[in-house]
Amino acid sequence: MIKNISNLGDAALYCDFGTEVNKEINRNVINYFNNLRDSNFLGITNITPSYNKLVISFDLKLTSYAKLKKQVENLNLKKNNNSKKNLIKIPVCCAEEFALDIKRLQKLLKISEAKIYETFFSKNYYCYMTGFIAGMPFLGDMDKSLFAKRLETPRVKVPKNSIGITEQFCNIYTFESPGGWNIIGKTSVDIFDNKKNTEPNLINPGDTISFYPISKLEYEKKYE
Amino acid sequence: MKKNMNKNYFEVLRPGINSTFQDNGRNNFYHIGIPFSGAMDNRNFLLANTISNNGINNPVLEFAYQGPKLKYIGKNISINVTGDVNFKIIRNNKNLEFSCYENIILENNDCLDILSTNRSVYGYLSIGGTFEVDYYLNSCSTNTKAKIGANSGEKLETGQIIQLKNLKKILPKNKIEYLNSKIENIRIIKGPHFDYFSKDAIDSFFSNEFNVTKLSDRMGIRLKGPKINNIKNTNIKSEGLVKGVIQITADGDPIIMLSDHGTIGGYPKIGVVISADYDKLVQIPPGSKIKFKEINLKDAETIFKLYEMETRNLISNIK
Repeated sequence: MIKNISNLGDAALYCDFGTEVNKEINRNVINYFNNLRDSNFLGITNITPSYNKLVISFDLKLTSYAKLKKQVENLNLKKNNNSKKNLIKIPVCCAEEFALDIKRLQKLLKISEAKIYETFFSKNYYCYMTGFIAGMPFLGDMDKSLFAKRLETPRVKVPKNSIGITEQFCNIYTFESPGGWNIIGKTSVDIFDNKKNTEPNLINPGDTISFYPISKLEYEKKYE
Repeated sequence: MKKNMNKNYFEVLRPGINSTFQDNGRNNFYHIGIPFSGAMDNRNFLLANTISNNGINNPVLEFAYQGPKLKYIGKNISINVTGDVNFKIIRNNKNLEFSCYENIILENNDCLDILSTNRSVYGYLSIGGTFEVDYYLNSCSTNTKAKIGANSGEKLETGQIIQLKNLKKILPKNKIEYLNSKIENIRIIKGPHFDYFSKDAIDSFFSNEFNVTKLSDRMGIRLKGPKINNIKNTNIKSEGLVKGVIQITADGDPIIMLSDHGTIGGYPKIGVVISADYDKLVQIPPGSKIKFKEINLKDAETIFKLYEMETRNLISNIK
């Protein structure tokens, strides 16, 4: 299922699952990720799943590329043991002051604001990966009618908890951060809770997510 | 800070430019977007704790360029500073000079002034005892982007109090003879997107010098030099990064990922700095020039073994 394993420097394996981005390939990546987490192979320091790659970094004092590569190749894969498959429901407030790019999207996509939201809220999304900044989920796939390019000039500061869309993906800015995705609303839920010492992430790779609209009043109630 | 103060503490008179508590870092959280963090220069971190007779994962105070100025209140303790660092102790209005890599005694009302790192970036302060700091996900390392770790995920600030605990009796000198050597040639291994670049671009990448710019911090080093032209695609589907990865941005400039890097990235990776050169890489200050040299995996592994032997040797020669 891994097409090719090569070295990423002297202390990481770069596992290639293909060039496309789809759920099938990503489920393979996540299945390997889960199996490796349970494997206890000596020296692994981090395993990073993404759309179609898996990077395994290790402590060069404890193991080596050749050793770990062999172990990964001979890994006895168990079928998706992450079949609990959470459905996580995320509230989104689409008030004007939060939907920073809704006007731009109307023009770009040539559909009404109401239609954009109706389409966005009608689907379930799959979490391909989390990262870049702590807890940020990369979700897909968007309905084709909502495929939109990034902003030409990224914002220096996207407000925390903003919901962004671009091309086939949407995400949630878990921290205030620079970014170029089209912002359509804001959630009242903290996706990354840095007070929680175990599982600070609400959304993990492989999870299914749906969004539902809330009013400004509900948003403020939840937030205070 | 806590109300019930210990008898032994530092008061921060000046925080310095980027002073944070660090230890070995956090393993196994890249998949939720939390980088490794930890002390940037591993060898100097290890030496600091070794001189203090501490466990190898004890928290240290890392500083960059200009360090903190700390007033000490409490019983006599041993402290040491590692790196290429200029510092003094102000005792009864007198300036006392000391060297790095040996235990010195700090007395009640002393003021430790860490003035600067010399032609380098990071230095470390360790104490015979433990800084009382918060832990998050098995590490105290402060990550100011995710706001986690010691000091609520923030840099030191003026006026704050750093409590100390488990203070040891005054330690022997434990002097280590060590000179922080500088490097200009950074050895790298080819990255997975080496073939995204033209032959000319690759030649130019290895034959020219690059300037380390001021836009460098614990997340990464941005370089300026000849533009590295991409012939395939300036973007890839975002994927995992590790420290030492050299990405080429859409503008054709290299950025080297360091310990607080974003966990995934979407620029092609031209190469990865070898593990043995990492400690020296992070110490290269802005304004310096560096050059890349390609080596193979086997050699990188051998060089790392030698580097580790050298570190163990330094430790076994403590006086």
